[in-house]
Amino acid sequence: MDIRFEEVGYTYQPGTPFQSRALHDINLTIKDSSFTAIVGHTGSGKSTVLQHLNALKKPTSGQVTIGDRVITNFSENKGLKSLRKKVGIVFQFPEAQLFEETVGKDIAFGPKNFGLSEEEGLEKARELLPLVGLDETFMERSPFDLSGGQMRRVAIAGVLALEPEVLVLDEPTAGLDPQGRKEIMDMFYTLYKEQGLTVVLVTHQMDDVATYADHMIVLEKGTVMKEGHPRELFKEAGWLSSMQLGVPSTVRFAHELEEKFEWIFDPLPLTTDELAQQMKDKLASKAGEGL
Amino acid sequence: MSEIINVKNVTYTYDDEDQRPALKGVSFSINKGEWVAIIGPNGSGKSTLAKTVNGLIEPDSGEVAVGGLELNEKNVWSIREMVGMVFQNPDNQFVGSTVQDDVAFGLENLGIPREEMLERVRTALEKVNMLEFAEREPARLSGGQKQRVAIAGIVALRPDIMILDEATSMLDPQGREEVLRTVKEVKEQENLSVLSITHDIDEAAAANRVLVMRDGQLIQEGTPETIFSYGEKLVEMGLDLPFPERLKASLKKEGIDVPKDYLTEEGMVDWLWTYVSKK
Amino acid sequence: MMEKLIFGRYIPGNSFIHRLDPRAKLMGAIWFIIIIFLANNWLTYVLLTVFVLTAVKLSEISPKFFINGVKPLIWLILFTVILQILFTSGSTIWFRFGPVVISQEGLLNGVFIFMRFVLIIFMSTILTLTTMPLSLTDAIEYLLRPLAAVKVPVHEIALMLSIALRFVPTLMDETEKIMNAQRARGIDFGEGNIYQQMKAIVPLLIPLFVSSFNRAEELATAMEARGYKGGEGRTKYRQLEWVSRDTMIMVAFGLLSAALFVLRT
Repeated sequence: MDIRFEEVGYTYQPGTPFQSRALHDINLTIKDSSFTAIVGHTGSGKSTVLQHLNALKKPTSGQVTIGDRVITNFSENKGLKSLRKKVGIVFQFPEAQLFEETVGKDIAFGPKNFGLSEEEGLEKARELLPLVGLDETFMERSPFDLSGGQMRRVAIAGVLALEPEVLVLDEPTAGLDPQGRKEIMDMFYTLYKEQGLTVVLVTHQMDDVATYADHMIVLEKGTVMKEGHPRELFKEAGWLSSMQLGVPSTVRFAHELEEKFEWIFDPLPLTTDELAQQMKDKLASKAGEGL
Repeated sequence: MSEIINVKNVTYTYDDEDQRPALKGVSFSINKGEWVAIIGPNGSGKSTLAKTVNGLIEPDSGEVAVGGLELNEKNVWSIREMVGMVFQNPDNQFVGSTVQDDVAFGLENLGIPREEMLERVRTALEKVNMLEFAEREPARLSGGQKQRVAIAGIVALRPDIMILDEATSMLDPQGREEVLRTVKEVKEQENLSVLSITHDIDEAAAANRVLVMRDGQLIQEGTPETIFSYGEKLVEMGLDLPFPERLKASLKKEGIDVPKDYLTEEGMVDWLWTYVSKK
Repeated sequence: MMEKLIFGRYIPGNSFIHRLDPRAKLMGAIWFIIIIFLANNWLTYVLLTVFVLTAVKLSEISPKFFINGVKPLIWLILFTVILQILFTSGSTIWFRFGPVVISQEGLLNGVFIFMRFVLIIFMSTILTLTTMPLSLTDAIEYLLRPLAAVKVPVHEIALMLSIALRFVPTLMDETEKIMNAQRARGIDFGEGNIYQQMKAIVPLLIPLFVSSFNRAEELATAMEARGYKGGEGRTKYRQLEWVSRDTMIMVAFGLLSAALFVLRT
């Protein structure tokens, strides 16, 4: 399922003295089965864009096409709910949404809102727990007795339980320790690779963008500045830093090596593995020159 | 060098359902002017340990001394005057309705005369570069700015020790950088000792000494360089892998011999120079 | 939902009214609400209107804000006005339809009631639009101070008020975030019958409670770490400064009251 923005604008409290424009002239496409990263510094409009992805907000101008549904300012609220099943959002610090007495019931909450019975919902919860790295013994526990990291996993399971086609993640690893961060990102990546889930990741972690994403959208001051493959966009380190954004450590280090050793890395390495491979060739050829 | 914090054999158990002790016989000390980082995975007892230093948590057994004073009911308020603490959530420690009110909060508690407060609030805000935001409300500040205000609130009290309890973990990279920079500057100017609890590699690298916690115990101690050279094991210790370590692991996979010691990025470049010229 | 809360929001500025001492403004507003009941004829209402409009002008805030302040209450006002019109008996009957009688006195009373409402709203809007909530708490604390003699914990009340105000935006953000998260899980707020709507509120309220308690606990810890141990021996950073223009305003209110006494019938 593709999601397309055409000339999308969004203004908060239009027509009041507190009116403020959050988004303007946004054009972008999130392709089916892609892993798209949305980056931009705080206040660039990321979270407003995100709320348009499943019609939590309707654009005040332009249109958003989600699958075969077109959303404009004039779209009826009725029937938007079905979109929320197709596009699941894991908000920042999602553990804040937990409220049920047991972990099982909380995960089943979403499915139940979309017409599943309590039984079916709990069944789904039981299936999902191992996927997020928890086991069945958690079913009957209160979500409020869990550690922060465990609560995060339950909340994520609660969104996965909707079986969305598109999964939107807003800084899903914020506040976790490195081990937890890695486990959670790997889990999302597996879902993307193995089940063909479309993933949209909003993040400040450029290393994550480099490692996982195949498409990247740069937002600044409420509009899209650039869109493309991370490999292309990360070539422009200077431009990114003018957007108050960095580049992945690998790219930064590769640039440093290019300057020092007059090497040229092509294609631009995004991960340390890619960098190491290219370095190996260069080191070998250097050795050849020496002979 | 004189010891400013001395924690001896401290044990503490939260009274909730699972009775596992959060701290099991922890001992450590910090010298005046030193920067010590405590790392460890979530739930290893780092924050609990930090809170024993200024008496926010009263240990079940063991002794804590700060600035030569033994921590007890009588001394706890004097010790809190010596120890400033920045917490994780920028919002939940912002008491004042505006930046300047928040900085003044601790001074008001101490009963500092108003004339002197005005002066100290001003200087403190200047030091963290937030003077122009003095009138701002917290809702209109970024996370990093709020944490800088918290630091100003501490600086205004002229303490000897600053504790950072995962103070940068909820911030974006920019906020993290600005807070870390502020801490470094303030530490130098005010001649503070710093105890920082963190997962952030840059923050750990700024320390003179790193302590590693697991399951309520201190399991390792060393300079950042020593600790960083543990490579892959760092992730279990609750720290990100430094970039040079990640690259070393990848190079190794390609069959390239890499040095065992921890290398900074500069060190990595130097090593490559010698590697290339040797061939 | 949050976006409609315009009424009562502080608008930064540096007008004459903005610079007044909050105590003067608070006392003035309360005083005004009392003396408005002295007005009982055209002349007195015209006088009050001129007074309020002058204050509006001096506040340098667009009249739009004041009209917006009246809007949410318009049905309540109209309802009261219509009751007045219908139930005031009078000698000059203008209109009669079965039991419905509209007299000149009734109409006049209706208009007066309407003006009273509007003037009170305008006056309190001036107070809230030009005074930082924080300064208002300061003013309240100051005016309550005599009560400390009878063991009312004035300091604690004031601190609670200011912390509550400080957390209003934080909690509004939080509410919106949780609402969004639950909507994303298939909840419709404000749709369906009463029972469904009540049910929808549970997934919002519980997380809000939990997070507020967590916040309160963390805030308490932070306050303790910063040496807070109650009101005793505390000094105050904020200080209110009463200057001549504040006295002037009080005199103006005094003159207004005197004029009302003279002109009322």
